[in-house]
Amino acid sequence: MLYTWIRTFQLGFKSLMLHPMRSLLTILGIFIGVSSVIWLLAIGEGISRKSQEQIESLGATNIIARSVKPPDDTTANSRILIYGLTRYDFEKIMEGVPTIKDGFPIREIQQRITFREHVVDGRLVGCTPHYKDANSLQMARGSFLTDRDCQTKRNYCVLSANVAEELFSFENPLGKSVRVGRYIYVVTGVTKPKAASAAIGGSFSSQDYSRDIYIPIQTFWSEFGDRITTSRSGSRETTQIEINQITFQVHSIQEVHPTSELIKHILNQNHQGKEDWAVAVPLELLEQAQTTKMMFMLFMGLIAAISLAVGGIGIMNIMLATVTERTREIGIRRALGAKRSDIIRQFLAETVTLSVLGGLTGIFGGLTCGPITELIRWLLNHYFPSIMAQLPPLVSTMAPILVPWSIPLAFFISVSIGVIFGLYPASRAAAMDPIEALRHE
Amino acid sequence: MIHAASLQDIKKYYFLMGETVKALRGVTFDVPQGDFLSIMGASGSGKSTLLNLLGCLDPPTSGHILLDGEDVSKMTDDELSEIRAKKIGFIFQAYNLIPQLTVLENIEVPLHYMGNVTPAMRLRCKELAEMVGLQDRLNHRSFQLSGGQQQRVGIARSLVNDPTFILADEPTGNLDTQTTDEILTILKDLNRAGKTIIIVTHEPDVGRQTKRIIRLRDGLIISDEPVLPSN
Repeated sequence: MLYTWIRTFQLGFKSLMLHPMRSLLTILGIFIGVSSVIWLLAIGEGISRKSQEQIESLGATNIIARSVKPPDDTTANSRILIYGLTRYDFEKIMEGVPTIKDGFPIREIQQRITFREHVVDGRLVGCTPHYKDANSLQMARGSFLTDRDCQTKRNYCVLSANVAEELFSFENPLGKSVRVGRYIYVVTGVTKPKAASAAIGGSFSSQDYSRDIYIPIQTFWSEFGDRITTSRSGSRETTQIEINQITFQVHSIQEVHPTSELIKHILNQNHQGKEDWAVAVPLELLEQAQTTKMMFMLFMGLIAAISLAVGGIGIMNIMLATVTERTREIGIRRALGAKRSDIIRQFLAETVTLSVLGGLTGIFGGLTCGPITELIRWLLNHYFPSIMAQLPPLVSTMAPILVPWSIPLAFFISVSIGVIFGLYPASRAAAMDPIEALRHE
Repeated sequence: MIHAASLQDIKKYYFLMGETVKALRGVTFDVPQGDFLSIMGASGSGKSTLLNLLGCLDPPTSGHILLDGEDVSKMTDDELSEIRAKKIGFIFQAYNLIPQLTVLENIEVPLHYMGNVTPAMRLRCKELAEMVGLQDRLNHRSFQLSGGQQQRVGIARSLVNDPTFILADEPTGNLDTQTTDEILTILKDLNRAGKTIIIVTHEPDVGRQTKRIIRLRDGLIISDEPVLPSN
């Protein structure tokens, strides 16, 4: 039995070698199909893993409340634009929601930072020590703000790498004083450069950390207050915001949903229906991302299935031609005692050989996914940097991740395609009348 | 005594677009073991049809065909395939070698359809190639061989399964006189060694070298007589 199959495959290979070019092109069809299955799955996995990481970096046990500029008109007549989360909100929530472990408010404004004659337009962020970990900032020099700095409202600041370099170039910024508005701050640390984070789920715009300067939020409140006047293209605009963002932490994932509902409830009451706040739950985004991932994979799979089907049709096409061409051989074999099943086996062996070869090379092609993506990225960066800059970071930094099960899957699919698309030509061959086939020229 | 083949009132009708073509209209004869028979007739006489029936490629419309005592007239396609694999050795006018295979592989083809293949059987293929004088060309392909050489491969192939009889369809139809003689010599030697051989031909010269000639006309046997040794 085994011998028969080995023989059959040897013969199949020999017959395929009669038309090496034709066989090669057919294999190419399957190769493309199988590679694309592996590639598309890897790219899909890469992208979804990336977005998942970004959401996870927000913390699955976090609930984030943000101030949102209301859709106008209600305060259009007053000179001062008052909106957003308040310290009262913060206190109420911290008191009223027992599941909350901790909460971290943030206040941020655009400010000019100066050191001697050097000037930088940056973003002044009033925050707590927690901010460093929450945004995975790393220190290049010195240390981040401490709880003590906050409690004692110290005039300490931490600079982002860019700001530090523009203000100090070659000097060591630690211990030096910079001026922000009317106030002086002593630099206690400098962060390492951090790439901007991508926008997530519409609730969060992308965040650029490169022009940041961090001070304790208590210091911010007592020195800058809540009212900030900015002049923009000639007109002055005063806004009053107490807190830009609060990150609440709960103990476990189960508590996330009820807690966020409670927070929304409290905010709703406090703001009396004014929509100047928003609550985002990374966990929800994570769940959404999972659904999106499924959709994405399904879509990718569909594309891959189409390309595999095209490859399969290629096989069928070639095998139909082969069967017609070898009608006489079929007649000879039938006369010499071959059963219909023998003929089917013979031609199936050929299509399976084609598709297995296509599958194996396709798997090899699929494994090159990573390096080739790297190469394409390098080429694009090298020759079309402007295009690359326009791509969202999710795409431009995407690294495909090989999905282990995609390899046996791709192989299984390629063999199935050989069998499925080979059956029809093979059964046509077997159905031939041996007398007619022998007479065939 | 069991005959190699025995035909009893064989009729074969074809139905083509509402018309009935009566290719064989009642043919009866026996082929004893060791016979060397030629079936002759003009084209349209029914000799090709008779060849197909004898070769188990087609069942008769009515009548019985016994091969080696076994009735094959009502067999299924698979059963007929098995009979062809085990009991019949085909030789064709156009040699019908498989182009992508070598001489030795061509001779081995029937082995694949016989079921259990033993090393002894494979060895026999080589011996058969030697017997027909092709020991130097085992790895040649058919396009590298002359017509006569190809037909020798065909003869070797027909012997692989040690058939009940050899069925040769115009085996010398594509060959020149000298090669024809060589091929016929091989066939005569095989017959002398005990093989039953049936040749279908329209060449009187070929028929004269066999032991018995059956002549067909319009689907009926018009004569069935032994060939008298000339001189």
